[in-house]
Amino acid sequence: MTIKELIHPDALADVTLSHEEVQRYSRHLIMPEVGMAGQKKLKAASVLLIGAGGLGSPLAMYLAAAGIGRIGLVDYDVVDYTNLQRQIIHGTKDVGRPKLESAKETMLDINPHVQVDTYNVPLTSANALEIFEPYDIIIDGTDNFPTRYLTNDACVLLGKPNVYGSIFRFEGQLSIFHAAEGPCYRCLFPEPPPPGLVPSCAEGGVLGILPGTVGAMQATEAIKYILGIGESMVGRLLLYDALNMEFTEVRLQKNPDCPICGDNPTVTALIDYEQFCGVPAHDNSLYVTAGNGGSVPQITPAELKRRLDAGEELFILDVREMHEWEISNLSHLGARLIPKGQVLERMNELDTAVEMVVQCRSGGRSAAVIRELQKHGFKKMLNLDGGINRWAREVDPSLPVY
Amino acid sequence: MTTIRIPTPLRPYSGGQSNIQVSGDTVGAALTDLTSQHPDLRQHLFEGDKLRSFVNVFLNEEDVRYLDGAETAVSDNDTLMIIPSIAGG
Repeated sequence: MTIKELIHPDALADVTLSHEEVQRYSRHLIMPEVGMAGQKKLKAASVLLIGAGGLGSPLAMYLAAAGIGRIGLVDYDVVDYTNLQRQIIHGTKDVGRPKLESAKETMLDINPHVQVDTYNVPLTSANALEIFEPYDIIIDGTDNFPTRYLTNDACVLLGKPNVYGSIFRFEGQLSIFHAAEGPCYRCLFPEPPPPGLVPSCAEGGVLGILPGTVGAMQATEAIKYILGIGESMVGRLLLYDALNMEFTEVRLQKNPDCPICGDNPTVTALIDYEQFCGVPAHDNSLYVTAGNGGSVPQITPAELKRRLDAGEELFILDVREMHEWEISNLSHLGARLIPKGQVLERMNELDTAVEMVVQCRSGGRSAAVIRELQKHGFKKMLNLDGGINRWAREVDPSLPVY
Repeated sequence: MTTIRIPTPLRPYSGGQSNIQVSGDTVGAALTDLTSQHPDLRQHLFEGDKLRSFVNVFLNEEDVRYLDGAETAVSDNDTLMIIPSIAGG
């Protein structure tokens, strides 16, 4: 589909480029597809990035470099060592700082001629419409299902294009969802997967370069959209498999029964997306993951250490994968490795006579294992709260945190 | 034989394979053959006998929901793709 004019010509009347800007954007200006008129469109445009993480890093840096006049960033998080393998807008010196502070500094260093607006809050149904309203294009670089559905719905309700990118391990997806011209995210994914079925990057890992590739493609699509050139990704979904280095494209159709952009929409305002997806949208959320059948008995690392030091007999079951065991483990305390997927078929290896402490990286998988084992009649089980990472932080700093 | 492309999130359940050859004249039969070769995939694709609502299956470039769904005919040189919901960023 050929791109329609996003920036109205009248909006360009007062836009000028200084001599400094002309020099900076020279390699754009000498291309007829951009030229002075195109560069002024970029300067007149406003783009909102949801997330300043893996996808947000290359997006923010390239959009700033390209001279997008106004760039908004939404992210509530602080920079962490585990971010640095892929979130290249932040550096080692930024660990512990708010991501937006660090991102804004990098962007203004790349290009002081752009305006950077920061929203240092979790995106929610209460603030999304107000935050999105002033921007021409929204770019979805978030890392969870609730915020993806929220971003989609807010874009549909406001009639704004949503440049979508998503990543997992070695796999990337790219599209533009714009209900006024084609399908939306819900047309493709009417319902989220059940909680726990699709791991997040924090649980499943991600190749550090992958968000660079996908984020750069999102930036490309946003810039084409503003310039009104080329063929847009509306109605198309690009699938990128980095492991096989394959790009595949499929056609997307607008679903007439789509609950938000279909012929008879049933979603006419923003909803509770954490409840819809059954998972929390961010680390500060009070939402408790659905379908878990309540909480499981917990033990803190300090309490576990105290009981082991007192000579109590406890069986430690590690339910992570072998490659995680190689990073850190509690074998010196007698821990046994049975990966989560094998626990049920290897239940006979578990000693029911002794109280069992189940442990994973940060406490999620081990809680799920306890709930499964409870269904099979196991009792006397405790979940190591915060997993081996919290144990490493609070009890045994000789172990690495990952 | 029809080729089914397995996305990264489902490869742990397909023995790590990304492309799997299956037999069957329809999308439904091809997926049934897939899950008989790799039973661990079944719970991720089906709920009872029905394809899970969040699983997208494309025949070549087209969403089978807008063709004949599970009844859509497939032939030897076709490629079926399972497109996953992924949310990382």
